Amino acid sequence: MAAYTQLFDTLGLRAWCDAGSTGGPMTMAQLLAKAKAQSGGAEEVAFWSRPFPSLDVLNESCNAIWRTRDLTAAVESLFMGMKDGLKLVLDPLTQPLSWALTGTLKGFAFLPWWLTMLLVLLVVQRVTRSRGLTAFVGAAMLGLALIDHFDAAIQTFAIILVCTAISVLLGLPIGILMSKSDRAQKAVLPVLDLLQTLPSFVYLIPLIFLFSVTEPKLYGIAIILYAIVPIIRLTDLGIRLVDPDVTEAADAFGMTRWQKLVKVELPLALPNIMAGLNQTIMMSLAMVVIASLVSAPGLGVLVLRGINNLELGVGLVAGLGIVLLAIILDRVTKTALSRMNAGDQP
Amino acid sequence: MNAPAPVKISVRNLYKIFGPRPEAALADVRKGMGKTELLENGKHVLGLSDINIDMRAGQITVIMGLSGSGKSTLVRHLNRLIEPTTGQILIDGTDVTGLSPEGLRRLRQDQMTMVFQKFALLPHRTVLENAALALEVKGVPLAERSAEAMKWLERVGLGNFADRHPHRLSGGMQQRVGIARALASNAPILLMDEAFSALDPLIRTDMQNLLLQLQTELHKTIIFISHDLDEALKLADHLVILKDGCVVQQGDPQGIVLHPRDPYIVDFVSDINRARVLRVRSVMTPGLSDDMPPETVDTETTLEALIALSDGDTHRAYTVLNKGQPAGRIDMRDVVRALVPKVG
Repeated sequence: MAAYTQLFDTLGLRAWCDAGSTGGPMTMAQLLAKAKAQSGGAEEVAFWSRPFPSLDVLNESCNAIWRTRDLTAAVESLFMGMKDGLKLVLDPLTQPLSWALTGTLKGFAFLPWWLTMLLVLLVVQRVTRSRGLTAFVGAAMLGLALIDHFDAAIQTFAIILVCTAISVLLGLPIGILMSKSDRAQKAVLPVLDLLQTLPSFVYLIPLIFLFSVTEPKLYGIAIILYAIVPIIRLTDLGIRLVDPDVTEAADAFGMTRWQKLVKVELPLALPNIMAGLNQTIMMSLAMVVIASLVSAPGLGVLVLRGINNLELGVGLVAGLGIVLLAIILDRVTKTALSRMNAGDQP
Repeated sequence: MNAPAPVKISVRNLYKIFGPRPEAALADVRKGMGKTELLENGKHVLGLSDINIDMRAGQITVIMGLSGSGKSTLVRHLNRLIEPTTGQILIDGTDVTGLSPEGLRRLRQDQMTMVFQKFALLPHRTVLENAALALEVKGVPLAERSAEAMKWLERVGLGNFADRHPHRLSGGMQQRVGIARALASNAPILLMDEAFSALDPLIRTDMQNLLLQLQTELHKTIIFISHDLDEALKLADHLVILKDGCVVQQGDPQGIVLHPRDPYIVDFVSDINRARVLRVRSVMTPGLSDDMPPETVDTETTLEALIALSDGDTHRAYTVLNKGQPAGRIDMRDVVRALVPKVG
């Protein structure tokens, strides 16, 4: 006899319980209980050792009540019901992301390796003006190429490049909006908290249902959702931290809101915004590895191979390659940032 | 100083109440509720109460008061950085409180300009770019605005520093940039919010002299905020003393020093160097007689200078000249008497 049968009997709900039988296959726990009942006979459950009246327990006494798996099934069917509608809207909206990712990946694949290296070194030298750092990047690229990881590293880099660019493109306006309106800030902050605390694997599950796994935008969206948070937060913070005396002066000289934003607020918030950009890049790198689960190319694929096939060496070397890439990206952006800050003090 | 200059800015019945429901609190204030009472009753802060001031064209009006007296609030009403609760601010007869956002921007770009206590320069721009800011906002082309800004930088003695960034300069130099930036806009009204308060005493004196010297040529309508009575007396053509958001006394600074109307002002005035503030015109006996003394002195001479001139001899007397014409006489005994504040 189940724990709460008496309760439903005394409440006079027996007829309702039996009428609304949910049926369906038994759970493992039910099977075990049934086997136990057959062998030893049901004992009356003592009052103090009754289980918590969860959905599953109540269902044993009253079939009309949903089991927990019915609930998860309902969530799933609800999502599946919305899927086609969502897809209709999201597919064309996110198509440019797919194009950008495939285009950039193909572009880098098309360039001969020496030209890619040369371009990267030129850019690094230009933004950092540091010979030491450029030499380090060159050595790292040669090292990666020597152990046949250069193509994978460049693929990872290409994905980060596209996803960071789109994060900035979307995140900057959102951050500006948040800094201007307390209401917008209140609305967006919980979403940012959610995006930041959601385990990174969870992003992938609904996306897999929405888009085909072969589409690059699937991992693109997952990376952007995860990496866009810091650039939004730090844009908002940076603009809010601009010296109120200076913004007051901007008003006193009759600046329009646009002039104030472009000539005063954004330049003064730039160090914070750049710190956000650095974080966004680092978070895309973290996510691009996980995104290899859904066909993102690059170093992550090698790490995944290491896990799947227990190829320790492959996984470790690819992992070190990712660390190297992270160090390069971090050093280069931080040096560029500090050079920009120093630009105020010639 | 003979015919009064036309009124440039006229503040009429201005009230400002900070808080959640200023209109309701305004009714209480009009019934005579004081500042502390208002704060206790409904969390409203009385910023300004029934302000009426006429600021004349080409003169320096100094608004003086201790911190919390509402002087910075008042000056921010003139260009509507703060919205009044009620009242009028007429500039050349136009009510500023009724302006559209576009009209307000015009006013701030063309009619008035401002110098700030903490300089408020843009740290990412050079001194020249900072000085050209007001013109840049107006849309003046780069070459033209740079030339104009350079002219004003040279005028305040910073011609050699145009390419530096502001935080490389000392406080006094930064404020010179602030003044150049304000003057480059070519607006007739100059608002100065405690412009020299953050500077060292010596540099402050320098800057005051610079301002007075510029004013002899430019004849701007200057509204100067200060908490320092010596500074106020040195600069003011018209002195307004604020306390707890109310005007306690306003008028000719000499008159305020000689005839303080309120114990609060008596306190203020008792600390200053009267000999340096008071001028011959305030102490002299007007009118001509037959036995005018042979030695002469100008109306605008300070008593300090006069005492030095007389070599401390209290028996002497001088004929006072107003723009070269005899206007009255001054006895050194009256001078000495004027140096002691009246008791009670």
